[in-house]
Amino acid sequence: MQKKTFNIHYFAILREQRGCSVETLESAAVTAADLYAELQAAHGFELGTESLKVAINDAFCDWGTPLQTGDAIVFIPPVAGG
Amino acid sequence: MFELSATPLEAIDLKSRFADVRAGGYVTFEGWVRNHNEGREVLRLEYEAYEQLCLEEASRIIAEAEERFDIIQAACAHRTGTLEIGDMAVWVGVSAEHRGPAFDACRYVIDNVKVRLPIWKKEYYTDGDSDWVNCEQCAVHGHAHGA
Repeated sequence: MQKKTFNIHYFAILREQRGCSVETLESAAVTAADLYAELQAAHGFELGTESLKVAINDAFCDWGTPLQTGDAIVFIPPVAGG
Repeated sequence: MFELSATPLEAIDLKSRFADVRAGGYVTFEGWVRNHNEGREVLRLEYEAYEQLCLEEASRIIAEAEERFDIIQAACAHRTGTLEIGDMAVWVGVSAEHRGPAFDACRYVIDNVKVRLPIWKKEYYTDGDSDWVNCEQCAVHGHAHGA
């Protein structure tokens, strides 16, 4: 399967668990959910997709959104502003 | 108008932006860092924000408030970085011809800011522990956070 290149930004608890704020990687993931599953398996993220939201290119998206090469992807842990 | 600030909100003259001869009232809400949460003694906080999405989502919230309520203007500011007990973490201001819609819109903005903006809070406790609020329990119990 053809791989695409993604830019992934991490915040808060995911940034700490990943050990970096941003990474570029090649993946065959078709959807945002596929990509998170791949990263979760690789890095042992404790939060599941039921606790997260996802943004692609600075807009909230569904987990089933097909990814395009070059997409900037952010997995959003439970928020706590205010 | 929404802004993220890495420096104290107390130092920003937020009120003067609301000067408007049509306004009959101005309601504000200030959220402060308190010294306890969920039964634990808090020493200080750190806020982290996903800036671009934060600005866009906050603009939507403010536009919604201005559409739903009969107000003149609504605005919000939120801190990032390290905050000490008593520091202002978030500020909401609303001006209107009459007080009712001003109170209602202020409540709408702060309630939505708390659950919709991609901002995270790490609490540091007096016992030396620290936690990302709303995240650690989700991870432990594996359930979605209902704010």
